[in-house]
Amino acid sequence: MEELFKERREKLNIIKNLLRKPKEEKKTANTSSVPEGLYTKCPECEQGYLSEDVQKNFYVCPGCGHHFKITAADRIQMLVDKDSFREITPRLRTQNVLGFPNYTQKLSHLEKTTGLNDAVVTGVAKVGGCRVVLGVMDSRFLMGSMGSVVGEKITRAIEYATKRRLPLLIFSASGGARMQEGIISLMQMSKTSNALAKHNAAGLLYISYLTHPTTGGVTASFASLGDIMLAEPRALVGFAGPRVIEQTIKQKLPEGFQRSEFLQQQGFLDQVVERKKMRATIALLLKLHAREAAL
Amino acid sequence: MSIQEAEAKVRKIDEEIRQLEQKDAPDVDLATIKNELEKAKNTILTKAYANLSSYDKVYLARKPTRPNVRDYIENLFDHFFEQRGDRLYRDDCSIIGGIAMFRDMPVTVIGHQKGKSLEENLLCNFGMPNPEGYRKSLRLMKQAEKFKRPIITFIDTAGAYPGIEAEEHGQGEAIARNLMEMCNLTVPVISIVIGEGGSGGALALSVANRIWMLENAVYSILSPEGFASILWKDSARAQEASEIMKLTAQDLYAFDIVDVIVKEPMGNLNEHAEVIYAQLRDLLGNELTALCRLSERALLEQRYKKFRSIGDCSGI
Repeated sequence: MEELFKERREKLNIIKNLLRKPKEEKKTANTSSVPEGLYTKCPECEQGYLSEDVQKNFYVCPGCGHHFKITAADRIQMLVDKDSFREITPRLRTQNVLGFPNYTQKLSHLEKTTGLNDAVVTGVAKVGGCRVVLGVMDSRFLMGSMGSVVGEKITRAIEYATKRRLPLLIFSASGGARMQEGIISLMQMSKTSNALAKHNAAGLLYISYLTHPTTGGVTASFASLGDIMLAEPRALVGFAGPRVIEQTIKQKLPEGFQRSEFLQQQGFLDQVVERKKMRATIALLLKLHAREAAL
Repeated sequence: MSIQEAEAKVRKIDEEIRQLEQKDAPDVDLATIKNELEKAKNTILTKAYANLSSYDKVYLARKPTRPNVRDYIENLFDHFFEQRGDRLYRDDCSIIGGIAMFRDMPVTVIGHQKGKSLEENLLCNFGMPNPEGYRKSLRLMKQAEKFKRPIITFIDTAGAYPGIEAEEHGQGEAIARNLMEMCNLTVPVISIVIGEGGSGGALALSVANRIWMLENAVYSILSPEGFASILWKDSARAQEASEIMKLTAQDLYAFDIVDVIVKEPMGNLNEHAEVIYAQLRDLLGNELTALCRLSERALLEQRYKKFRSIGDCSGI
């Protein structure tokens, strides 16, 4: 037991460091999707840029505007008022109900390499001085898939927001429900959506912010239910993945299909927001919904 | 022996019996032979049904001859009045819905419809709804709430349709909206999984106070083929996938997702469907009475808790 606590403390420290000391974060935030090394090649325009420039530009390609995938810690740091983030319910573990082979080991490995306990970080923070309950998914963790821990953490975050009458902001990045937890994963769609129903009925604001990629059971639950629907540019957002659709209809999909801009055109998004405007946009929306403003 | 092998043997015996009956042989004791063959048939079936694998159940759940939503509507309710269209764009035949009488109580009935002939299959897209289907179902549920009618849904789908138009019209949003809105319905909701419960497409009709499942029906996160394709990049490993997915009625009962398992008779379900209808009539009679006694608040609380408790992770 003592060891578990120790391990957890170490992980929490990693997150804290990421959040509080931006200079150290470059060394620790070590993933294939986040630029590292001196130069970074943009997968979209294939040009090389100084990593420092990419990072300063909110991990957006200075040339073509491609939005790199970022970690939950990076996003939180970019978004919230300094030192205002406090994590809630970090210590949850899945029961591995299917007894899926190697699943527990895989989770332990990911915990070590990412410093996350699962594919979402939840907490409370201030943005532009307004308090908000925050959920940020991290696609490094099994493609951001939703199993019982993600479902439970998001549900608890929503319930926390409902109880304290706070607005809610969730950044999704997910391949959908997590196969390794079978039907239990599927039921998390219902659980999270039901919690949102209560938050909604309490007259509270929910902003859903879609990032690349958001598909499957996450699209078909909490991610699509925002009062305000936002997305990052060119993010892939859909229910069925493009490969499945192509296999079903046996033809190539049109360019730009299931991208944010397409979704907006179809009427499912309020705005596509560039990352550099993320903080200002959220701060504005929170201000517009602050109860003082309504009086 | 898999259920399909058992069925092949039974067909062969049936054929033998038929041939015997046609033969005009006065010296043969037809009745005794027939009796023996019937016994053999029964032994084979009993053995096969006693040892059904999960994959056998996937096969049984998908069998086109299984009673479908229309059969249930016809046999459990009176005066069915079909309601069509989502009032937004079009009518999606893969979901059928309307008002009917259960004994002396008006109810709203909604269900996935796969169709039995190829023509019907095409008309209702093999039971794979587009967003319009979910929006139609939500319209009917909201109307049921307005007129205080309990809602009964029948689940039988491989999943929501993965097509271009479905995405253009917001498949994810339509399902999500159902999940959220069903939580707040102030009337009793009962879902019955009659065949295949596939993924979000099934879930979108089953945020219910009670979920019942036929003994050989299945309900899963994804089809076994899709599951194998995602995890092992090989949809041919569907059988292997079925065995680890925990998708049977018994599995879901153990997870407290399913409240009642409805017993199925052996053999072709369509020939003995009355056994199922009789159980469902009783169950519906009792449960509707019980749920209608609950206050709206208690009803909502019960439904919320049912889903809230699924996948509660132990804190460390």
